[in-house]
Amino acid sequence: MRSVDSLPAKLWNSLIWLVIGFFLLNLFGLISAVGVNSFATRWLGTWFPAGYTTRWYFSAWDEFQLWDVLLVTMEVVLAVVVLSLLLGVPAAYALARREFSGKKLLTLLFVLPLLVPPITYGIPLATVLYQVHLAGTMTGVILANLVPTVPFVILVMTPFIEQIDPRLESAARVFGANTFKVFAYVLVPLLAPGMLAAGLLVLVRTVAMFELTFLTAGPSSQTLVVALYYSVFAAGVRAGQSVDAMAMIYMATTLIWLFIALRFVDPTQLVTRVKKTS
Amino acid sequence: MAKADHTFGEIRLDRVSRGFDGVMALQDLTLTIRRGEFIALLGPSGCGKSTALNCLAGLLPLTGGSIWLDDRRIDELPPERRGFGMVFQNYALFPHMTVRRNIGFGLAMRGVPRHEADPRIDDAVRMVQLEAHVGKLPGQLSGGQQQRVAIARAIVVQPPLVLMDEPLSNLDARLRLDMRHEIRRIHNELGRSTVYVTHDQDEALSLADRIVVLRDGRVRQIGTPEELYARPAVLDVARFMGYRNVFEGRVEDGGAERAIVVRDGIRLAGTPRGALGSGRASVAIRPEELIPGEDGPGAIPGVVESVEFVGREYAATALTADGLLLHFRSHQRLSLDEPVHLRASPERVLLFAAEEGA
Amino acid sequence: MTSQTALSGSAADRPNLRRRLAAAGWDRITLLVLPAAAFVVLLFIYPFAYGLVLSFQPAAGGLFANYAKFFSDPYLYDTIGTTMWLGLPATLINMALALPIAFQVRHFRWQRILTTILVIPITLGTVLVAEGLLTYLGPQGWLNRTLIELGVIGSPVRLIHNYWGVFLSLVITGFPFVFLLTLSYVTGIDPALPQAAATLGAGPASRFRHIFLPLLVPGLAVAFCLAFVQAFSVFPSAVLLGAPAGPTRVISIAAYQAAFEQYDHSMASAIAMIMGAVQLVVVVAVLGARTLFYRGPMGSGKG
Repeated sequence: MRSVDSLPAKLWNSLIWLVIGFFLLNLFGLISAVGVNSFATRWLGTWFPAGYTTRWYFSAWDEFQLWDVLLVTMEVVLAVVVLSLLLGVPAAYALARREFSGKKLLTLLFVLPLLVPPITYGIPLATVLYQVHLAGTMTGVILANLVPTVPFVILVMTPFIEQIDPRLESAARVFGANTFKVFAYVLVPLLAPGMLAAGLLVLVRTVAMFELTFLTAGPSSQTLVVALYYSVFAAGVRAGQSVDAMAMIYMATTLIWLFIALRFVDPTQLVTRVKKTS
Repeated sequence: MAKADHTFGEIRLDRVSRGFDGVMALQDLTLTIRRGEFIALLGPSGCGKSTALNCLAGLLPLTGGSIWLDDRRIDELPPERRGFGMVFQNYALFPHMTVRRNIGFGLAMRGVPRHEADPRIDDAVRMVQLEAHVGKLPGQLSGGQQQRVAIARAIVVQPPLVLMDEPLSNLDARLRLDMRHEIRRIHNELGRSTVYVTHDQDEALSLADRIVVLRDGRVRQIGTPEELYARPAVLDVARFMGYRNVFEGRVEDGGAERAIVVRDGIRLAGTPRGALGSGRASVAIRPEELIPGEDGPGAIPGVVESVEFVGREYAATALTADGLLLHFRSHQRLSLDEPVHLRASPERVLLFAAEEGA
Repeated sequence: MTSQTALSGSAADRPNLRRRLAAAGWDRITLLVLPAAAFVVLLFIYPFAYGLVLSFQPAAGGLFANYAKFFSDPYLYDTIGTTMWLGLPATLINMALALPIAFQVRHFRWQRILTTILVIPITLGTVLVAEGLLTYLGPQGWLNRTLIELGVIGSPVRLIHNYWGVFLSLVITGFPFVFLLTLSYVTGIDPALPQAAATLGAGPASRFRHIFLPLLVPGLAVAFCLAFVQAFSVFPSAVLLGAPAGPTRVISIAAYQAAFEQYDHSMASAIAMIMGAVQLVVVVAVLGARTLFYRGPMGSGKG
């Protein structure tokens, strides 16, 4: 497809690379601005700060009670990953293996929570959780976060299960394995790579999930991203460097998991949720 | 399940049917499988033979009829509670388990303790001659070896019935003959019943005690290989049993033992299969039964159209005056366009009432 | 031999419930969808229905009092326009950037590295991007300093705590999303098709117009819908980077304030329903327009 490049084509190519470069430059700029500021002693009206220090990290750690927040974040994320796999994988299995009446309707049911933005359904959801006294609790935060992740697991796992030969399960059943044993001895070992990928993607998404946690969390059930929002919201009260130190800690937790996840999945899976057909 | 072995006598299928969305994949299959019997389900693809096997295994729910193991109705049991063994078409070996764990899978599922299971697995491994490979994963084995693992896995649980779904279709021609032999040997050694699905009539004829011929979901004939070979009940079965020459003619003298069929200068005596009536009949002759001979009454004149050497003899075709292409055998080499007079003995010429619209 | 009796009609078969369910595909395996389905119904469908009912039970007034109040108070109904004015241009810009860039990089050697870099802003989320932009776009930030240094502007441009801050944050987090979707559609087109067109004499422009564009339109419509719906529900950056009392008072802020500042859950539900309805209208309009184009496999034959 590569034809001999004419002058307009060359200009067009350069223009596009320029746009990509400009975008990446700004992205890099905004991330490093946070990084540089978090180590700055004083940074006013100059290109770079007057001096560097790590004390903001210690003050942020105490000020925002980050240990507690990190603990809560870990608990929430872990529970969401495990529960969404427990609920999502069996459902994906049924969708991959059976044709039944009402399947289209069920598929729609599972796609909807991924299409409707969290803030739209988050407000009625938070209202219901308040009614049953779950809002503000850890349980409430976990339940709210499961709403998009269960369908996400189903959508990631269904094509993965479809490519496993169904005769393996038939064989297991004929040789005496009931449904539970088919899962334990045959399916789970074969599905492990897919479940690992799906679990990591859920993990990354849940660490960064702001809206649902924000709407349902109380003071003792805030995750890192919500704590960060509140600290930016009340920025005037505390030193900006302290807020940025917290932002760096948040960035680190997210990116570590992102890079682990990228070892197992295609980056586009975070967005498109479907197996690439090409 | 192990206890049931000693009392097991026979499996009865009573009008077993399976339909989906108004299409009948299998209709009214009635069959009794006696202990130790080797049954082949034979038919072209889409005839319902695999459906029948899956219904028997419990992998497909029936939409009608029932299945009985002696006095116990089993068609509503899930597959894991029927206690059968099965060999799948692509073997369906668990890719993440060693050969030994694959073979021991059924015993593990039944909770057989290790000290009991180990010698049984060893026996099965010996029977299929895989002693050197027990520690390997299925992906490291050749097709023939995978086939042996699949068989060992099916027989180690000592099931009352072993089901086989075209087990030889993925092997090359030579290996297929060897494995065919093995399967019959193992069947004889175990003394269990086997139901074997195939589309290859040679396989069915050489392996089975009885053959069930299926087409379009319906049973066309049930009988021993000898019966099917010599006396197919319907034209379909005859075609499947290698009666390659099939043509129509007018019934001239329709007796019960012997009838005469006439067609454009040909006058042929044959054996009616079922009532012919008057009118038209289909004639079926195997190529092996049609040989060149003397001119005279009962001979079919034609000219040689093609000749192929197939080892012991020549497979040839001849074209008759009215454009009929006949397959026949010859011991001598014939040259093209040479006139021949083909003859078959009346016992080997089968006559069927002409099919509607055929 | 074979009887001609009806398939299920004979007396020996009692077509019981299990068989009838099995015929419809419902057996024990199928039941495995039920926990997940029940969960989604309970925590997604039910809250939505509950919110809908609640929105018709206002604190004061008749059945439609909330909706009447929303559409008569400019402080409330203006939020629809404000959100549209942010979401539509941002989505369109992102689409306009994503399509040529996706074409440019579809054969790019380091495509995976590029996509990984672009996944980062999505993963970091809007809160962190907002915090970063506050420093980066501020009057003393690197962007303004560079522009002054280059002589493009004389004094710092105000880019935060107004419309532009929110708009730029929607581009930073929205563009990678649209780009990655578009890239997966573009690479999904069978390369033999444009090659076939080239052998028939179509130049680059004709290939794009007659081959790529018709095949891409359905995917681009979906990408537009997803991106627009995300942009329309902008919340944290509108608060942190914008002017939440004025020019960037988006509809989700109005809903949030009703729920958590005035504790009027009925009104909050009504606003959430309006938000959902507006998104639905745009999505249905775009997807409806999509049916005017070809929809089917993007390869020839292999489906």
